Amino acid sequence: MTQLGPARTTAPTPSAIRAVPVRHPGRWVAAAVLLVLIAMAVDAVVFARVKRGNSLQTRFGWHVVSQFFLSHEVLHGLIVTLELTVIAMAIGIAGGVLLAVMRLAINPIVRWVAWSYIWFFRGTPVLVQLLFWFNLSYVFPQISLGIPFGPSWINLNANSLITPFIAAFVGLGLNEAAYMSEIVRAGILSVDEGQTEAASALGMNRILLMRRVVLPQAMRVIIPPTGNETISMLKTSSLASVITVTELLYSVQLIYASTYQIVPMLLVASLWYLIVTSVLSVGQFYIERYFGRGSSHAQPLTPFQKFRKSIVTVHQAMPLPGPRDAGSPLAGRKER
Amino acid sequence: MVAPMVLAESVRKSFGMVEVLRGIDLEVAAGEVMVIIGPSGSGKSTFLRCINHLEKINSGRLSVDGELVGYREHGGKIFELKDREVCRKRAEIGIVFQHFNLFPHMTVLGNIIEAPVRVKGQEKTEAIANARRLLTQVGLADRETAYPAQLSGGQKQRIAIARALAMEPKLMLFDEPTSALDPELVGEVLDVMKQLAKAGMTMVVVTHEIGFAREVGDSLVFMDEGIIVERGHPKEIINSPKHERTRAFLSKVL
Ligand SMILES: Nc1ncnc2c1ncn2[C@@H]1O[C@H](COP(=O)(O)OP(=O)(O)O)[C@@H](O)[C@H]1O
Ligand SMILES: [Mg+2]
Repeated sequence: MTQLGPARTTAPTPSAIRAVPVRHPGRWVAAAVLLVLIAMAVDAVVFARVKRGNSLQTRFGWHVVSQFFLSHEVLHGLIVTLELTVIAMAIGIAGGVLLAVMRLAINPIVRWVAWSYIWFFRGTPVLVQLLFWFNLSYVFPQISLGIPFGPSWINLNANSLITPFIAAFVGLGLNEAAYMSEIVRAGILSVDEGQTEAASALGMNRILLMRRVVLPQAMRVIIPPTGNETISMLKTSSLASVITVTELLYSVQLIYASTYQIVPMLLVASLWYLIVTSVLSVGQFYIERYFGRGSSHAQPLTPFQKFRKSIVTVHQAMPLPGPRDAGSPLAGRKER
Repeated sequence: MVAPMVLAESVRKSFGMVEVLRGIDLEVAAGEVMVIIGPSGSGKSTFLRCINHLEKINSGRLSVDGELVGYREHGGKIFELKDREVCRKRAEIGIVFQHFNLFPHMTVLGNIIEAPVRVKGQEKTEAIANARRLLTQVGLADRETAYPAQLSGGQKQRIAIARALAMEPKLMLFDEPTSALDPELVGEVLDVMKQLAKAGMTMVVVTHEIGFAREVGDSLVFMDEGIIVERGHPKEIINSPKHERTRAFLSKVL
């Protein structure tokens, strides 16, 4: 076992190639130009001051940004935005799975209903849909539960039932379901047919094999675009400002309506959107990793693992005192 | 007289305009190991899939253990079985595929206990004990926490056999179980199958392994273009085929 080691280390190692590298003057010029542009932009955004009234202020009004960044109204708006995103995505995902399974159903009526839903909700602007839900009481003043075309047991006033917040998450969620269904469907279709076959051969019914075999595997295809949809929903939820939901954008709008500090307040909202989308992206990375388990592809390393690996490789790159048994290709192999 | 485990009478099956099975008559007795050989596209896989109702036959009669596949006979009429009943029937027949079709997102143990727990309602502890016994039987007791992607082809196929056996089937179907394997891995899978045959399992095996047919098979069937061309004792057919087509096929695979 140890013969291999010394034989390897005594073999003459070819000397490293020392060649004059090709010069790339173009790269240096491009980098210099970009750096100058960045410096100008940073100066304009952060440092440069302009005269407003009788005081000298930063162009973007950073003192206003810091004044309102953690204010009660803004934080409340942020929470409403997060609530809207979570609830709308929950409706979107649940509805999307349902629609996707319906589109793959055997019953043609079921397939047609799902197709029509998707056609309608993808074919009209989400802003129009939100306005529609907001004004639902105009079309259906009363909402009743009862026998179709028969007597009704419960009568509700639509105007008090459908608050702007409910109209917003219903509108955003139902619209999202149409998009999610396409994502889920692509995921389901990506799973090898042999999987369904093996599961049926073991006696699993359609629901069980969907839940236990197909959907968990479809997740690997479904998760990345769903993460993008969530990030996109966070931003789309700002449309709810139009129907007077005090989410993040409408909250800052209410503030600048009285203070006239429009740009700084928009910056406050933008910074919060940026922070939350960054956090969501990190979460997406870990969820993708989880659903990739059992795959033959190597999992991407977490930042912590990358850090550890860089330390370990530094250790290994150092010259070793002698041949190590653990490094021999035969060590640790089991006899069969 | 005991009913045969599989009884096919003029079984026909078409995909669209193409008739793939053109009147199959065949009988597999309980405890018998039947080997089916034949050129690619002759309908061997389709026939196996009909036996556990992954495909519906168009005409003829096909029964397993004395009961029609996919239908119930009552008062001279034939009724289609409900999905639930079809599932229950399928659970009694094990099938092993050419491409293993293990569940890649579950560990080896997860693959084996999935159906006993979820379909049969077996206690999890009991299912695990059972699975460990089967893993020992197929020689993979130390791999229960591995994922399928970490196994060799031969190991995957042995796990697939264990997974099918965990349902305690009365009939095992094998569809070219060694065709996707590297030559040096074929033996380990055939050994498990031989052991199973010795234990008295009724088996229908589609394979090109003539050695296996000769050594383990009780009967051999040669299929071509959707019909059974020749059947008989494996040694007789392999040594002195009666039909020209059988002879031509055997000369290619031997
Ligand atoms: N689902 C299907 N739809 C249409 N044709 C099929 C289908 N499955 C099999 N066939 C056709 O049936 C014939 C027999 O296939 P198969 O039973 O797989 O043959 P074998 O297993 O003997 O190679 C082939 O010509 C194949 O193309
Ligand atoms: Mg085949």
